[in-house]
Amino acid sequence: MTKTTKLVTLTSCATMLFTVLTGCSTTNAPAGSGGAGTSSSGSSSQTGSSGQASSDKKVALTLMVGKTGTLYTALQAVAAEAEKKLNIAIKFDIKPDGTEGDNLVKTRLATGDMADILAYNSGSLLQALSPEENFVDLSKEPYMANILDSFKSTVTANGKIFGVPSGSSNVGAVLYNKKVYADLGLQIPKTWADFMANSEKIKNAGKTAIIASYKTTWTSQLFVLGDFYNVQAQAPNFASDYTANKAKYATTPAALRGFEKTQEPFKKGYYNKDFQATTYDAALKMLAEGTGAQYPMLTSAIDVVNQNFPDKVKDIGVFPLPSDKAEINGLTVWMPGALYINKKSKNVDAAKKWVEFFISAEGQAILTSKNKASGPYVVKGVNLPSDTYEGVKDMQPYFDSGKTAPALEFVSPVKGPSLENITIEAGSGIKTPQEAAEAYDKDVQKQAKQLNLPGW
Amino acid sequence: MTQVFKNKYSYALLLPAGIIYFVFYLLPTIMSVFFSLTRWTLTKWEFIGLENFQMFFSEDSLSIGFRNTLIYAVVTCGLKVILGLLLGTFLTSRILFKDYLRSVIFFPTLLSTIAVGIAFSSMMHPTEGIINKALAAVGISGPDWLGDVKLALLSVAFVDVWKGVGIATVIYIAGILSIPQHYYEALKIDGGNNFDSFRHITLPLSRPAMNSVIILAFIGGLRSFDLIWAMTKGGPGFTTDLIASIIYKQYQAGFYGLATAGNVILFIVVSVLAFPLYKFLNRSEVDL
Repeated sequence: MTKTTKLVTLTSCATMLFTVLTGCSTTNAPAGSGGAGTSSSGSSSQTGSSGQASSDKKVALTLMVGKTGTLYTALQAVAAEAEKKLNIAIKFDIKPDGTEGDNLVKTRLATGDMADILAYNSGSLLQALSPEENFVDLSKEPYMANILDSFKSTVTANGKIFGVPSGSSNVGAVLYNKKVYADLGLQIPKTWADFMANSEKIKNAGKTAIIASYKTTWTSQLFVLGDFYNVQAQAPNFASDYTANKAKYATTPAALRGFEKTQEPFKKGYYNKDFQATTYDAALKMLAEGTGAQYPMLTSAIDVVNQNFPDKVKDIGVFPLPSDKAEINGLTVWMPGALYINKKSKNVDAAKKWVEFFISAEGQAILTSKNKASGPYVVKGVNLPSDTYEGVKDMQPYFDSGKTAPALEFVSPVKGPSLENITIEAGSGIKTPQEAAEAYDKDVQKQAKQLNLPGW
Repeated sequence: MTQVFKNKYSYALLLPAGIIYFVFYLLPTIMSVFFSLTRWTLTKWEFIGLENFQMFFSEDSLSIGFRNTLIYAVVTCGLKVILGLLLGTFLTSRILFKDYLRSVIFFPTLLSTIAVGIAFSSMMHPTEGIINKALAAVGISGPDWLGDVKLALLSVAFVDVWKGVGIATVIYIAGILSIPQHYYEALKIDGGNNFDSFRHITLPLSRPAMNSVIILAFIGGLRSFDLIWAMTKGGPGFTTDLIASIIYKQYQAGFYGLATAGNVILFIVVSVLAFPLYKFLNRSEVDL
């Protein structure tokens, strides 16, 4: 009797243990092979193992991209054409935008769970992903010769190039409503003082002079980030000194101006009354309808206006964020995002083929027909089409005369994660500009220490 | 011989549960304490000692969470204890539609916190929100509930109380109903009124229920995250950041070691505050 009990106990224990252990391993298996949490995981791993054997069979790739703007639609169009030509199908893996998306991308990369191709930012945000470990080196690809060097530098780490541009460049500037400007007889301001004078007139006319949309927190950074052309004009070594921990926002007067410019409109009552509860979309509505006149923003916003208010998009104009001197007047440029190939993908060859098609003249023609430009393109031979937005045309003279500078995040790997909260503090009068700049310097220090950069 | 065998036999039965406990509870705890001392990228780590903790205590934007968390926990806990007691007494007295009213009070607890947060942040919109529109109708210009630096944290705390008071009330109802009826009868015979029965019977004898409410609400307040995240994301600036939301932001920024250090700190803070509170409350409890 005791023997049977013993046997029963042992077997039941073993079964229990077995269930526990296999329970773990079965859940782990698909997670390792790609796309956990998405329905694509099973199919992509199956086709992945068999797909490379012969080119007759259809290969399925996954591509992770955010949904904001027209990039997603444009990529879908390119993918449809590529499927016919290359027999490579794309399954889209949608990620959230902003910091939540950054977080997801980092986690998926760290757990070996990234899609085959990733559409993501260039510049400092890419540097935070350790590109050398995670992405395929594309420096040797022949199409790299067609891509502008200014872009290549933003997707380069340790001399290797990792990405191809996924769209047009973008500019941090002031979007304004041309109708309001015409009605009030205003001129485009060349200096900050002119800008404030214009704002006073708009306010007196009963409209919101400067729109702020702090409910969508990232939009609060534009007065600081978009001011970088002016910073560089006055302190040419700021970017390199800043990276090397030699220059600070709080102690460089030209850089500190960005925080002062964030606060001044608040002090003068130029922001909309409910700016803490205003979202990005609501802000663009105000701008399009002319209840607000000026909005410091990235020019990709024009594309969103076009989606929501197609008949109003011709009223939106663009001018650079003014400096204190009339002779310093230029645009701060954001480089396009890029497509990267996951180094751990099982379909690197297919992914390379797809990217090659994407960057070819044919692929770019499909892309530019769907993805409306918010600034010049960075691929040679790809020009702005004739139906480009009025606001984007406004920017061309600055590009033609060389009055542009890349934003700080494309020339330095250091960008603190809390800038958007700190600019909100400056823009709501919680902190003085000096205190906000000091807080940001500390935030940057934290980032640099976590990245283990030399000299911090 | 049989004794030893019997021991092994019982250990064998304990083993599965022991393994589960070790793998899913003990191991992660030990690991998080370890990783809080490192610079960690999820795949690689480098030992940096107490630097993460030092950073947490020295930086304004990180330490602001401690003060806010305490205020938030005390305010929500206090209101839940008082309102729950009043509502519990009301809903156990002889009133019409008792069951219906009880479910009305309990209803908000059934809702998703995120949904509640989104609904209230739209109702609290300074110009478009229903609250300020209602106030405007009677001639009061309402404040910016979630944008005003002085008000934002309290606005969120109010929503937390609205959502959580149902649980507190249910616990009070159970506590009050377990008080033997003959105490009340005795008090009536001695000529006591309703207020006397509340003061001398309901209040002292529902102490065990009150202690449960205090502990649950206080720990819940200290760890609170989802409602804040849905309503303000810690803003404007850092004014409504709690320890939990600050930890999440560090995690979002990719500072995994720093975020883990924050979690260890939160664990210590909750233990240091909750255990003595629990002991104190238990000591002062009276038996029925």
